[in-house]
Amino acid sequence: MSIFVNRDTRLLVQGITGREGRFHTRQCIAYGTNVVAGVTPGKGGRKMDDVPVFNTVCTAVEKTGANASMIFVPPPFAADAIMEAADAGIEIIVAITEGIPVSDMMKVKNFMLNKKSRLIGPNCPGIITPGECKIGIMPGSIHRPGGPVGVISRSGTLTYEVVHQLSRHGLGQTTCLGIGGDPVVGTSFIECLDAFEKDTETGGIVIVGEIGGAEEEEASEFVRKNVTKPVVGFVAGLTAPRGRRMGHAGAIVSGGSGTAQGKVAAMRESGIHVCENLGTIGEFCAEVFSEI
Amino acid sequence: MKIHEYQAKELFRKYKIPVPDGYVAFSVEAAKIIARQLGGFPVVIKAQVHAGGRGKGGGVKIAKSMDEVAKFSRAILGMTLITPQTGTEGRLVKKLLVERALPIEKELYLSILSDRATAKIVIMASVSGGIDIEELAAKAPEEIIKVYIDPLLGIQAYHIRQVAFGLNLPSAVIKQFTGMLKNLYRLFVDYDCLLLEINPLVITAEETVAAIDAKIEIDSNSLFRHKDIMEYRDIDEEDPLEVEASKFNLSYINLDGNVGNIVNGAGLAMATMDLIKIAGAEPANFMDVGGGATAEMVENGLRIILKDKRVKVVLINIFGGILRCDVFAKGIVQAAKKTGINVPVVVRMEGTNVEEGRRILAKSGLNLVTAEDLKDATQKVARLVKGEE
Repeated sequence: MSIFVNRDTRLLVQGITGREGRFHTRQCIAYGTNVVAGVTPGKGGRKMDDVPVFNTVCTAVEKTGANASMIFVPPPFAADAIMEAADAGIEIIVAITEGIPVSDMMKVKNFMLNKKSRLIGPNCPGIITPGECKIGIMPGSIHRPGGPVGVISRSGTLTYEVVHQLSRHGLGQTTCLGIGGDPVVGTSFIECLDAFEKDTETGGIVIVGEIGGAEEEEASEFVRKNVTKPVVGFVAGLTAPRGRRMGHAGAIVSGGSGTAQGKVAAMRESGIHVCENLGTIGEFCAEVFSEI
Repeated sequence: MKIHEYQAKELFRKYKIPVPDGYVAFSVEAAKIIARQLGGFPVVIKAQVHAGGRGKGGGVKIAKSMDEVAKFSRAILGMTLITPQTGTEGRLVKKLLVERALPIEKELYLSILSDRATAKIVIMASVSGGIDIEELAAKAPEEIIKVYIDPLLGIQAYHIRQVAFGLNLPSAVIKQFTGMLKNLYRLFVDYDCLLLEINPLVITAEETVAAIDAKIEIDSNSLFRHKDIMEYRDIDEEDPLEVEASKFNLSYINLDGNVGNIVNGAGLAMATMDLIKIAGAEPANFMDVGGGATAEMVENGLRIILKDKRVKVVLINIFGGILRCDVFAKGIVQAAKKTGINVPVVVRMEGTNVEEGRRILAKSGLNLVTAEDLKDATQKVARLVKGEE
């Protein structure tokens, strides 16, 4: 088992003919993901390697039965691409694009309230169920199939670091996903925690947070009330100065809220095992998850 | 992106939001000319820097005569203004806003912002104007009126009524306030603002409303569609090293510590700063060279970090994954030779061909210390900071 994506996922790539889109589509195919279609307006009828390219998501879904989409469309056009995918009935939409205006994402988020699609991202590395399906830009090789750990994070390379250490300590993963570093994202930590709690193969969960917003606090509250599996938490940005955006658009301590210290405290109060030293998170997890 | 008060007021005028008459001045002479043109006293002299709390730091004065205009302008221009928001180093004042002082009957608070948790646009208002809204939110949240607006629907008449009646506005100003709030919302949406704040919004003795302060923060990610706002960027308000880093697409923030660091990815960069603290030192900066780091970016990053003389050690932490470490290591060696490193540089990298990459670094003969993993890197930084290696 896994959450959101597996070997039955049929992937479509929006922006498949761009440099990034092409490179990462090839990486996903090499990993074993079933890429069934690509979409680039105006390039319908062509092929990217063996993948047929269509002008619209609607036609691509009709012809290929795609049920997931990976978006590499540049920021000015990315919100439109997400809405197009949602309108075409795509179940899982993974938006990799960084730099989408907040106002665009607020419209997208409200638009999607009435849609059955799940949006992951934007500004995220994507989602991977090791050994089955990789949708995103993460290096497949660092992952270890078979579970029992589920990983949720707000960032990219920080997640790779955590996953790499888990794999080295013999801890495989059920699914790993980045929810994105923007202030407004599609899927919340809570929705992922809920899915991992219900997933029978996931025995423990790692949640990797960072400064900004109140997502980690809300997630902690959810864990306290609804999660029976052991949870390890990490929060980046203990040394971040106030009032500065730390690379990610959403990573900012404004006034007294959104601090790493506050998030760590909320996690501890909810019974989450907090690891403070990223260099030792692998050993830390091995210890906490030893009972699984 | 933050803009100055006088720039925000330019946008207000464009959207017919009432503001006092006034202009920006870059010299004492210009301030006097503006005061003369305003044709009456008192006038307000306001320091223009990208930080709030200017009044508390002595950056806002009311002048009752031309002599006072000269005196206050001379005092404020060129001063290092320290406010609760600038930190101890303060900000050098290079511009003034000189404007007519209005007869104030009542001060209110009004702002519009994007709420990340609900993905709605929020209007916040309070009858307590001129105060710190975050303090008020902590002390008496019930005194803040909050009206949530679906960005797909836009502002409706009932939203405005909720704010206007919540503020107990006198009936004489309700019509003017309604028009103003509509225009304010339009400005917020048109320019992709993250925050638009008027603190205080005043009701004058003549029963009119006016924005005597104006603060606007625009979403940097939206600047591709706001070419006119790009002209509002004020390099004087930014750290010179940060300005240089932005030219090379490096996300960089200058801090006070002694260990420089170059990392790919914002989350990992923050976590690396935290590790420097665990190693018993303080991070000298935040630097994210992006998910797809290249040797050229690291070269520019290294050059910028080494300009900060407080830096005693540099930690490079690259988690490539798909990236080939041998190619990257060659790049680092080249960059180090070109830049001329005079402090130890600890390099931790991960990705394809990592063994070959480490060999290249070791053979280079440069002051490069390779680390096996993050734990090892942290320990090596700690030893170097203490001067044990």
